[in-house]
Amino acid sequence: MGSLAIKDVSFDVQPGQYFVLLGASGVGKSVLLETIAGLIRPDAGQIFLNGKDVTREKIQKRKIALVFQNGVLFPNMTVYNNIAYPLRCKKLKSSQIRERVAQLAEDFGFTDILKRNPQTLSGGESQRVSLARAVASEPRCLLLDEPISSLDVKSRPQMRALLRKINADGQTIVHVTHDYTEAVSLGTHIAVMEGGAIAQMGTVEEIFQRPKSEFVARFVGIRNFFRGRLEEGGKHQANTRQFTTGGLRFSVLTDSPRGKGFVCIRSEDVTISNAVGSTSARNNFEGTIVDIEPVGIGIEVIVDIGTEVAALITAESVKALELHCGKKAWVSFKASAVKYIGQ
Amino acid sequence: MRPSSGIRTEPLTLIFAAFGGAVLLFIIAPLISMFVNCSLPELAETVRDNEVRSSIWVTLWTSMAATTVFAVAAIPFSYLLARKDFPLKGLVTSIIDLPIVIPHSAAGIALLGVLSRSSFLGKAADKMGFGFVDSSLGIIAAMAFVSIPYLINAARDGFLAVDERLEKAALNLGASPLRVFLTVSVPLAWRPILSGLILMWARGMSEFGAVLIIAYHPTITPVLIYERFGAFGLKYARPVAVLFISVCLAFFIVLRLLAKRGKVAER
Repeated sequence: MGSLAIKDVSFDVQPGQYFVLLGASGVGKSVLLETIAGLIRPDAGQIFLNGKDVTREKIQKRKIALVFQNGVLFPNMTVYNNIAYPLRCKKLKSSQIRERVAQLAEDFGFTDILKRNPQTLSGGESQRVSLARAVASEPRCLLLDEPISSLDVKSRPQMRALLRKINADGQTIVHVTHDYTEAVSLGTHIAVMEGGAIAQMGTVEEIFQRPKSEFVARFVGIRNFFRGRLEEGGKHQANTRQFTTGGLRFSVLTDSPRGKGFVCIRSEDVTISNAVGSTSARNNFEGTIVDIEPVGIGIEVIVDIGTEVAALITAESVKALELHCGKKAWVSFKASAVKYIGQ
Repeated sequence: MRPSSGIRTEPLTLIFAAFGGAVLLFIIAPLISMFVNCSLPELAETVRDNEVRSSIWVTLWTSMAATTVFAVAAIPFSYLLARKDFPLKGLVTSIIDLPIVIPHSAAGIALLGVLSRSSFLGKAADKMGFGFVDSSLGIIAAMAFVSIPYLINAARDGFLAVDERLEKAALNLGASPLRVFLTVSVPLAWRPILSGLILMWARGMSEFGAVLIIAYHPTITPVLIYERFGAFGLKYARPVAVLFISVCLAFFIVLRLLAKRGKVAER
């Protein structure tokens, strides 16, 4: 930790925002959170809360609750007493405490484990209890350190839904993660961190559709990114759903329920042809080539099919198909190459 | 199952076990011989001996008082040693261990220097109507002096083993530092603290040299055993020793069992 430096990191979080700090592990995301919470004293810089400088404020006075990565519950207290802890600090009456804990347990879905000891809980349970305990302290801002990554795949959607609900109730959240799907799925605003600094900051669309630097583009990893709605497929399409975005319809292989969200298609998964033949790809669109640009290992061809789609192909293919700007071409990708992230 | 508990035992293990047996015998043999050589009628008579009974009582309550009173200051101090860095911390740590290394009669002489009637503290106490020399207060001071390192060291190690993130999490939830100390740090370090308390109490109870110099009266049992041995010989000192050891053992067994039960309940 000692050698880790965060420099010139500056960002604003508005009340009610769900702000995601996205970055690889080791770029100092956790350190940043602990600095905001007051666990670490910064050498330089300031932290403001509601316009007041809290850089030198004591931890216990900040009202910024931090949920640690592995949910640090007090092992000497039951689940009930863990959640009651911040309420007792506020000197609430025991009847009020009982009511509030019961309410939180209900909201977070763990009424059955209140009497258990933290050591006996599963990862998902202890993460939910930690979250409930943090919410019980009624923080002005809730800081989450990788709250989902450590959970097993089955409990992740539940946790996401919970976080979305907390945010919808007006709780300001700062969430750090290395997983861009979490950022897309939850964030209203995203900051991408690179080497102890912020590389780009903006709304979800700004980051994914217009990455400012190669680093951001590579980190978020997807060139084709569309917001829209997922709808039911036909009767004979058990797991194929239709995704509508800006007048286009994509076939998506997913078992997610319908709703608003995003789809991503990696440029490697998009193929280009001069005419569409018989293919297993469910998505075939004709469009005009608007750009051909060498990127790193291959050539990126941008085709306008009503919206711009990027395909990463080899230089040999560009030559063989005689692709050039302004030429008509077909863009194809499989329904299974379309990744849907619900919001 | 441990790998070594198999069918084949290494010769080296046997040799080490033989050494272990010799050491155990060295500890147990004198104790057993003492118990064996002490007849029941002798013991019964000693139990009825008022001087013996009152000495055991004085020893028990003064050692308990020493432990309790000094624990109030020692436990927070141990927390400080575990959590904070400050200048000369190494020196402070060595000072704490001093009572373990100096001869206890010398410790008694040193204490007498600050507690005697001619000293500043002694004079102040005299004015308020009490004194240290030849009083239970002096006994408590002597016992605490030689036994407090055990509590401080055990409690410090206990606090060191508590995950600091738990304390920070508690602060983060709005708890005051005192509340964090009382509701998180102390409960989580409780087992080492408890064994430190037991150790301190045991050490205080068995103290002889320092107490002898500060307070011959009221007589604590170790002093009484010495006195009887000097005046009447082994035969008269032995039953007192046997009785005192039995009382101490009974207390320790009960305390250990209680501590153990606490450990089981924690799970």
